[in-house]
Formats: sequence, structure tokens, C-alpha cells
Amino acid sequence: MSWIEAIFTALISPLFYKLTILSALPLIFASIGGVFTEKTGVTNIALEGIMKLGAFTSTAFTFLTGNVWIGLLMGIISGAILAYLHAYVSIEWGADQIVSATALIILAQGIVGFLMVPVFNQEGQSDFVSKIPLVRIPAIQKIPFIGEIFGEITIFFYIAIVVIIASWYLLYKTPLGLRMRAVGENPKAADTLGVNVKGIRYFGVLMSGLLAGLGGVYIVLGDLGQFQEHMPAGKGFIALAAMILGNWNPIGAMWASLLFGAAEAMNIQLQTLLELPSEAKALLNLLPFILTLIVVGGFVGKTRAPAASGKSYEKE
Amino acid sequence: MPKVQSKNKWMPFLVPFFSVLVSLIIAAIIILLLGKNPLTAYAEMFKGAFGSRLSWADNITKMTSLLLTGLAVGFGFRAGVFNIGAEGQMAVGGIMATFVGINMGNVPAVIAIPLTMMAGILGGAVWASIAGILKAKTGAHEVISTIMLNWVAYHLSNYVVSGPLAVGQGVPKSPEIAQSAQLPPLLTVQASNVPSGILVAIVAAFVVYIVLQKTTVGYELKAVGYNPYAAEYGGISISKNIVLTMAISGGLAGLAGAIEVMCVYHRIFGAFTGSRGFDGITIALIGQNNPIGIIFSSFLISSLRSGSNAMQSVGIPDDIVTIIQGIIIFFVAANRIIKMWIMKFSKPVKGGELE
Repeated sequence: MSWIEAIFTALISPLFYKLTILSALPLIFASIGGVFTEKTGVTNIALEGIMKLGAFTSTAFTFLTGNVWIGLLMGIISGAILAYLHAYVSIEWGADQIVSATALIILAQGIVGFLMVPVFNQEGQSDFVSKIPLVRIPAIQKIPFIGEIFGEITIFFYIAIVVIIASWYLLYKTPLGLRMRAVGENPKAADTLGVNVKGIRYFGVLMSGLLAGLGGVYIVLGDLGQFQEHMPAGKGFIALAAMILGNWNPIGAMWASLLFGAAEAMNIQLQTLLELPSEAKALLNLLPFILTLIVVGGFVGKTRAPAASGKSYEKE
Repeated sequence: MPKVQSKNKWMPFLVPFFSVLVSLIIAAIIILLLGKNPLTAYAEMFKGAFGSRLSWADNITKMTSLLLTGLAVGFGFRAGVFNIGAEGQMAVGGIMATFVGINMGNVPAVIAIPLTMMAGILGGAVWASIAGILKAKTGAHEVISTIMLNWVAYHLSNYVVSGPLAVGQGVPKSPEIAQSAQLPPLLTVQASNVPSGILVAIVAAFVVYIVLQKTTVGYELKAVGYNPYAAEYGGISISKNIVLTMAISGGLAGLAGAIEVMCVYHRIFGAFTGSRGFDGITIALIGQNNPIGIIFSSFLISSLRSGSNAMQSVGIPDDIVTIIQGIIIFFVAANRIIKMWIMKFSKPVKGGELE
């Protein structure tokens, strides 16, 4: 099959669209997490590390308790705990946020590697654990094409819809959202108006921990059913790119995540459709990363970060 | 936020020292929680790093590439660029050095060695420049672009050793580079070589030191890192300096890859960088981005790394070192916490230390 044929075949199959959505899900959670923290003026490039810890913790607790819901909960909580460290030193001690987040990425790597053998009795990857069951809606299943995409899909898909709408509503339609945006644009002015700058920032960073943790949980409990040590393989950074491309807006982040999801889906589809030697197929794995490079290179000037993002604020 | 300021001139040394100390104490607590004796563990670690001539050889081999990746990251920091891509630049440097090195069959060593080394430097420099140009032209944050370039380099190196350069059975690997392109060992301890690459790395540290401290280029780079707006007002081109910084930083990481190929493995295989590019971040931060400081901090991290293998014999996963590194960086970021502790412990006799 030629390249053109393969791309065309992929584009008309429902599987491609389903893979796009599934690949986008962890990015949607993490990038909206990124939106939350940056909107309040704290940058958090540690999404990758948070996702890794979330994925690991959820697998570990599912493995040890046999209950996926406990796994889900603990995965999210572990993300929030890691993010709390970042919040504490960034907000209370004026730490360099890029350096602090880098520490978290390395810390997550260390914690996960350290606990692999004690928890799973093996290095590299865990045993398979049970996954969160799929949601089947027979009425949707009957619709041609659409039914094959949405008829039977992970519950994380519905969680994502709730997260997208709720975050948009929270940020743009509630007093809390207004305060968050004010703190991210001009903390001094917000402070003068009596807004609790520290509290709002803690909220933003913790939300990024919860959501990136959820993104990590999805990769295991919603998708693969197994933790692997190289997870999440750059998805945390692609989520940052999706946040930028989405112009620091939950809806925009969703569209950008879907774009990156499509790149990943195309990669998966072409690997099966094209008759290439296996080492050349491995090169197709580059698609999402190169797309990210093009996107951050091409769009950064055209979007605008919250003005105070990354800057610590000291009350005078 | 507590205001912490100090006129103590020892502070630049004390902060990393106490960060390391505190992280070792926290790691000891973790080891204790694991039901092991931290003192035995640290004794094993010390023996593993310094206990025999063999461990010294291993230590110095590890230190060589770590010193170079530390310099790469530290140099970027000084000029205000957060180059998190030393990993990928090291990989591309190794690939380029291998490509050139395997074709050096009839070329005398005096030419083959510098050529192979230059190929590595150039590979790393060009790779990093992509992120530099993106940052200068569009403002793309180098953290995202260098991480993406790391992944691209990772997949490329896997492709190279299983495709165009593949040789032999088993682990995908390239052929050996020509004898003339290999750096001879400095000395041989039992079956283990102390690579002469360490000399190259130390020379590189002094060159970087001189460039930063004594040249106009170094002054401009530091000025951009310190305050880009002021620097531009003073007639320094920010975008030119960002690309130049990235190129030099990447060149140092590329040299790490080349040295690894020329001294240690004499070939590449997939993922041969083994996260030493990331270790460079810890090393640069502990060394306070000072090339001479980085010589010492790379020795510290290489000792921790060689020692951690020995700790596995008493049942402690070697990832404890990665946790220690994470905690060190965390405290370097939150250096005010450490500063406050130091000031609490040192008597406030000299008044005016606490503001």
C-alpha cells in the first residue's frame, strides 16, 4: 500500500477517529491541568513527572488491592501530593519554578524506579492489572460509523467531557475563575483588591496535579492495563505544547490535544497499514514529537501566556 | 514569604553543600523505612565508589561524560537558556562520531581523533541549535523543544543501530569505529581502563571557564542570561546569543557522546546515553553553573552512581540516587529554605546578616 493510500484508508476508518480520541485523553487531562496552574501564574513543567507517578501509583494500588477505583483515587492523590511540593516552594519560597519542576520530574523517576521491585517484583514493567470497565451505550452503537467510535468507550471519555466543560465554566463564568485569571495576570492588583493570591495559586497548582495525575491514571487503567517504566514517554511535555497551542483555554487545549492525538493515531495506523521494514516503521514514532516541535515553533508568538506565569509574587 | 538575604561569601558553596547533605539524610530515612540500615548502605556505597582501583576507574569513566553534560547544561544556565536536551544532543553527538569514526580506517590517529571529536561536537551543536533558533525566532520555550528533540534523537539512534548501521546479532548496535579514531586509555587498571577522555573533559571545563570569565563573548552571554532587556538596550543581540549559547551547550553535550564512543564503547547502541544528559542538570545546579564547581559536582554524582551499584548488594535499588538527585535539585530551587536553616544554625553575631 502506498503512503497516500494508507493515509486515506486511515482517514476513512472509524478506528482512526477512535484512536485519535483515546490518544488525546491523557493530553486533555494534563493540558487542562497546565491551563489551571498557569492561569494562576505558576508554571508547572512537571506534568510529565506527575503523570508518571499517577500512572505508577494507580497501577500499584490496583495491583495490591485488586480494586481499580482505589487505584484511580490514589493515582490522582499522588499527582496532587507531588504538585503540592511544587506549589509550596514556588509560592512560599519564591523558588525558580522551572528548576523546582525539573526536580519533581527527576524525583518521580526515582520514586517509581525505586518502588518497582518492592511492589511488582520486577523491573521495567508491571504485571497486567484490571482496567476500568468500558461504558456501552446500545443506542449509540446502532448508529453507523459514529457507533463504532462512541458505542463502547472508556469512562475516561465521559470524565474528560465533564472536565472540559467544568473547567471552562469555572475559569470564565465564576468569581473564582475571575480571581484566578486576575492572579495570573496581575497578582499585585488582585492582592490590592483583597484576593488571596497564595490560596488561589495553591488551588491552581493542585488542580494541575490532580488532572495530570488523572492523565497518568488513564494511560494504565483506561488504556494499556500495565505500567511501563518509560511512561508517559513525553506526553507531559506534549500536553504543555497543547496548552500553548490551545491559548491557555480548556476548549483550545482540547482541540490541540485532539490534533496531537490524531498524529499518534496516524502513527499507529500507518505502522499497521504500510509495508515497511520494522526499523523504518520505528521512525513513524517521530510523528507526534515533530508535530509538537512545529507547533511550539509556529504558534508561540501567536498565543499569549498569562502575564505573571512563572513569576513568584512577594507581598510587600 | 520570609526575606532571606545574606552577605556571607560562603553562601554559594554552603547552599549546594547543605542541599546534598539534607538529601542524603532524607534518603537515609527512606532506606530506614525500607527496613535497611542506612549506615551499612552508605558504607557499601562509599566502598563501591572508592573502595578499589577498579571502582576508581569506573568512577572516572562515569565522571567524564557527566562533566561534559554538566558543563553543557551549566553553560546554558549562565546565558539564561534551560537546555534540558543534553540527552538528545549527546545521542546525536555519539551518532555523528560513530558515522565518521567507522570511516577512519586508513587515516592516521592525529587526524582521525580530532575529526571524530569534531563530528560529535558539530552534531550536538546543530541539534541544539534547532531549539535555539526556534526560541530566538518564535519564542518557543526551549524546555519543550529540547525535550521533543530528545525523543526524536532517541528514536533516530534506535533507527540507526537497527537500520543503516546495524551489525551483528542480539542487541542492535553499530560496528566499531576505526582503531585510529579511538582514544587510548590513560592507564589500565586490571581489565578496566581509565579513559583519557577525562583530560578532554577537564580541558573543556577550563575553556568554558575562560570563555565565560575572560572574553567578550562570555560577557555578552552572561549579560543576556542576567537581564535580556538590559542586554538588548546595551546593544547585544539576544537572538544571536541564544542560538550561540544553544550551539555551544549542545556542542559540549555532543562531545560527551563522542568521547563515550571514542573511549568507552567504540560504537553506539540504542539509548547509550543512559540518562546522563539529565544528570547534567543536577550537576550544573550543584556546581552553581560554575565550570570549576561542575568538575567537583560531576565527581560527586559519578561517585553516587558508581556507589549505588554496590548498594544493590544490600538490597537497596540504585534508583535511590535518582531520588537523591531530585531532592538536591528541589532544595537548590528552594535555596531560601537552606539559607534560612544555615542562618538559624550559624549564630547571628555579625548582625545584619538577616534582613
